[in-house]
Amino acid sequence: MKNWFNSGTPWIWLNAGAISIALVAVFGLLFLILIRGMSHFWPANVEAFYYQNAENSLTVIAEIIESETVPADTVRDIDIKEGNITRYLVKTGNRDLLGSDFRWLYDIDLVRYEQPDNVMVLERIEWGNFYGYLNSVYEYDTKVSNEGNLWSEFESRLKRSADIRQQILDLEQGEIGAINYQLERLRLKERRLIIDNELSDSALNKITEKRKALKVEYAGLLKQTQVLYRDINRDSIRATVMDGKVVSIPLEKIVKAWQPNKFTLIEKLNFYVSSLWSFIVENPREANTEGGIFPAIFGTVMMVILMAILVTPFGVIAAVYLREYARQGVVIRLIRIAVNNLAGVPSIVYGVFGLGFFVYFLGGNIDSLFYPEAQPAPTFGTPGLLWSSLTLALLTLPVVIVATEEGLSRIPVSLREGSLGLGATKVETLWLVVLPMASPAIMTGLILAVARAAGEVAPLMLVGVVKLAPDLPLDGNFPFLHLDRKFMHLGFHIYDVGFQSPNVEAARPLVYATSFLLVVVIVGLNLTAINLRNKLREKYRALDN
Amino acid sequence: MSEAITTKIDSALFTANESEEDTEICMDVNNLSLYYGEAQALKDINFKLKKNKVTAFIGPSGCGKSTLLRCFNRMNDLVDSVKVEGEIILDNENIYAPGVDVTSLRQRVGMVFQKPNPFPMSIFENVAYGLRLQGFKKRRLLEEKVEWALKGAALWDEVKDRLDESALGMSGGQQQRLVIARAIAIEPEIILLDEPASALDPISTLKIEELIYELKSNYTILIVTHNMQQAARVSDETAFMYMGEMIEFGNTNTIFTNPAKKQTEDYITGRYG
Repeated sequence: MKNWFNSGTPWIWLNAGAISIALVAVFGLLFLILIRGMSHFWPANVEAFYYQNAENSLTVIAEIIESETVPADTVRDIDIKEGNITRYLVKTGNRDLLGSDFRWLYDIDLVRYEQPDNVMVLERIEWGNFYGYLNSVYEYDTKVSNEGNLWSEFESRLKRSADIRQQILDLEQGEIGAINYQLERLRLKERRLIIDNELSDSALNKITEKRKALKVEYAGLLKQTQVLYRDINRDSIRATVMDGKVVSIPLEKIVKAWQPNKFTLIEKLNFYVSSLWSFIVENPREANTEGGIFPAIFGTVMMVILMAILVTPFGVIAAVYLREYARQGVVIRLIRIAVNNLAGVPSIVYGVFGLGFFVYFLGGNIDSLFYPEAQPAPTFGTPGLLWSSLTLALLTLPVVIVATEEGLSRIPVSLREGSLGLGATKVETLWLVVLPMASPAIMTGLILAVARAAGEVAPLMLVGVVKLAPDLPLDGNFPFLHLDRKFMHLGFHIYDVGFQSPNVEAARPLVYATSFLLVVVIVGLNLTAINLRNKLREKYRALDN
Repeated sequence: MSEAITTKIDSALFTANESEEDTEICMDVNNLSLYYGEAQALKDINFKLKKNKVTAFIGPSGCGKSTLLRCFNRMNDLVDSVKVEGEIILDNENIYAPGVDVTSLRQRVGMVFQKPNPFPMSIFENVAYGLRLQGFKKRRLLEEKVEWALKGAALWDEVKDRLDESALGMSGGQQQRLVIARAIAIEPEIILLDEPASALDPISTLKIEELIYELKSNYTILIVTHNMQQAARVSDETAFMYMGEMIEFGNTNTIFTNPAKKQTEDYITGRYG
């Protein structure tokens, strides 16, 4: 035993055990959010439960979310107090008719349950999913379907309405949005001229003329959308809900329709992939609990990239000064300690600083200096993308400084002397030899910075992230990159959907799915940076002899 | 092969000795002292450096020969605590006088270090580095100069087909000759060699020594070496240093065959160090 202990074997086992636990924890976490999140998009079969007792009968059409068998006396809302009882948490959808999406079902008085072939699920623009049976398709008030072509007629008309909806969206967000943007800019230009006392008649005429032209264009587009709106309202369906009621649903309100019980495995897979894809590329709906998360992905990536662009020069310049120029002494040592301690400051403190300094002080001053025409509406004096990136740049600055300093200190003195010996000045040596060779270390700092910044949420809530941002910070309107805009962020989206949404239960899978995507985005950003670093390392690999 | 070289160099030495009287003075070192903080590393050094000759500094480790070498292009300035007294006259001008442009001094006094230190760039860019610093921009002119420098460093034939490859892929001996090419590309008057062959194998060492012999006709060369055979082979004049003092300075043949000082003799014969 003592020999075994002295041999070092237990130490190896201890190390290996620690690593194993860490690995299991990481992969367990990823696996959990993957399963919980990604199963949301699977078109599960829909069950019909038939209940019958002395007084009445009841049918429930729903997806089973989970089932459990519990002692009967622990369940409060039933009368039986003996034995075990099986209960199902089911998603019945039809929130507009039933009041809630979910309910518990018990196996008391349950006659049977089955999976009827022709059950239909609709994803709607409002009110969540609809579960029921399709009866007929109507064009205005005329029935256009018969027994044979019911589903195909519905699908083809659904496709038409989806196309029209896309056209309306393109018109409203694209061209009409652009006109509104230009009108706003014209208004600001006019105000600016008034403020500067430079509003001549010719300038005014020009503006008025331009505005007139835009308004004419706007009227034309408006007419187009009105036509489209009339078109999209043409069709509707009649469908039977589980309690036998027949409802009419306009196709305009339906995003997607499917009959999961009829699906083959391939069709299900197909459906799964397309649902997942639309989750990634679409805008959110219904207080973020439905639809996709594209703006959040876009905002996160955009903010991290901007942060990287801002933090790199600052960090590198600071590190160069500390390592190359400053006389190493007490002051520099104190500064270094301070920089290291900055990395330990809670991020919300950075958020408060960002709000106070960047948003109110800097932004407020920028507004009064450069955007007086927009007052009292703030331009930069309000949380936005630029301030978020700057705040996070500040937050990650210590990491970049420390990593860069480390890299600079590892450049061999012989190379610096080689350059100086050829008559290079210190600056030339820095730019031509030292910094290129330190670039892999700078990239390491950047990788750590990106990893930290992409996952940070708390400070962003104060300096620019919002629940729902109608416009992306990058679009086709001049100047294309709108640093003043608020944006959506995956981290905040998780918090918002999971804890602030009106329908928490329905949104829970989205929390997991969004978490998983956030991890994927961070891993993706990091892999890009790591790849870049490896290329640089290869290029500037240190002298090995 | 090495014998042949040695005889060649010996004969060169012989002719060099013949014409000793007419050589110009290139640099004049007067009362040079150097301190690292409180510690004195060089003590009152005086000698005259002859133009187009190879001068070798020998002496045990820590005797100050590298420090002395680094005084000639003011490389010691990089160390914060260094203080220099006395003067080194180059073209009637003290290089330690206030207001001297150190970068242009270093263009006139090139230096090659103990370990080959090519920059992590292509072979071409390594040699063109100093030229670009001086403002040469035209590609054709750069190409000419680089070719000339590489030929001067006896490296052209080995690398002419891979000028765009990284210099880090070369062998140690090639790298050292590349560094020499880099130094002569900017056409200095003096080349300082700080143990240029100590990190190299015998064949590469031989090539470097040959090269030093070739370069002598155009440049004044100072070489620090631990290898006394090398000093004897390549140099015209030799300085023996000990504990920061220049014990003996003179014709290489004289120093090696008939040293004036006992310390020198002890060192050369291996009784010391």
